[in-house]
Amino acid sequence: MAKIDLNNMEGVYFDVLREIGNIGAGNATTALATMLGTKVDMHVPKVDLMEFKEIGEEMGGEETLMAGIYQQIKGDITGSIMFLLEEKSARVLVSKLMGMESNPEEPFSEMEVSALQEIGNIITGSYLSSLSSLTNLTIDATVPSLCIDMCEAILSVPAIEFAELGDKMLLIKTEFTDDVKLEGYFVLVPDLDSYDKILTSIGM
Amino acid sequence: MGQMIKVGMADLKICKAPDAVTTLGLGSCVGIAIRDPQTKIGGLAHIMLPDSTQMRAQAVNIPKFADTGAKELVNQLVKAGAGRTRLVAKIAGGAQMFAFQGTGNNDMMAVGERNAKAVRQVLAELKIPILAEDCGLNYGRTVEFFPETGDYVIKAVGKPVKTI
Repeated sequence: MAKIDLNNMEGVYFDVLREIGNIGAGNATTALATMLGTKVDMHVPKVDLMEFKEIGEEMGGEETLMAGIYQQIKGDITGSIMFLLEEKSARVLVSKLMGMESNPEEPFSEMEVSALQEIGNIITGSYLSSLSSLTNLTIDATVPSLCIDMCEAILSVPAIEFAELGDKMLLIKTEFTDDVKLEGYFVLVPDLDSYDKILTSIGM
Repeated sequence: MGQMIKVGMADLKICKAPDAVTTLGLGSCVGIAIRDPQTKIGGLAHIMLPDSTQMRAQAVNIPKFADTGAKELVNQLVKAGAGRTRLVAKIAGGAQMFAFQGTGNNDMMAVGERNAKAVRQVLAELKIPILAEDCGLNYGRTVEFFPETGDYVIKAVGKPVKTI
């Protein structure tokens, strides 16, 4: 019997997942700062278990244009991870990384797309490596895939994975502050068995 | 102009003209729009998964699945006064948002495509003809359904508005 039931998550398990989210997002912020060569502050992430109906509104509107970077996870833990960034924030990051302005009138260029993929790879990679060292489990991720579209449409992908497990989705909202405010979201979707492995590995 | 009623993910709503129903940012999910052209009663279901019978979970969230969602939508429409035999449908969504999604695992087919296929199947079982559809490809869609005319308006980022 699985320990985790996403519809009736007990307080203590939720706290553990929130803490994992905190540590992961913290590491990701450090990675981001190193990559940009600037100081990046992170606010304490907000972790929410929410109904599918509420997701879009919670993230600032279903039709908000966002960049989503999605990777599948293999190894001891299986599932997927997604990092989402508002399109505006994505432009800021890409401009900083490449040292030239990103034109908001134009779609992302091929160069910018690969830069975004790399940013996503580093951010989710550091998130996963903190999860891996915390749990002592092997976690590998596939090559990231990028999608720029409406928030709700991108989120339908991890939401559908959650939907196979229950009626709620675990979302970690992180606000980074550089010279400008950047808002990012993590969505970690371990398979149900992987939740158990995570909890068992840390002695729950 | 009537009201525009919003339908969330794993949700369904019905209305009567001049009101209309909308769902924002359909990705791999499918929006099933059904109406009775005579009474102009219609509704929209935003389904996420193909088949409720394959779930290990006990309680079923009805609008989440193609099979249960479509049936519930029909029940609600008929209860509201729509003629069961007059019902017609239009469907949209079922995109594959990420390039590698669904490849290399046992699912065989991307979930968006499986959703669209399941919807077609359940509508065929219910004997409700699909008048038009806009499914697949790799982008999100916002849809608006007007039971008055049967227009199903589809909006996507960087693309012209389309009515099917």
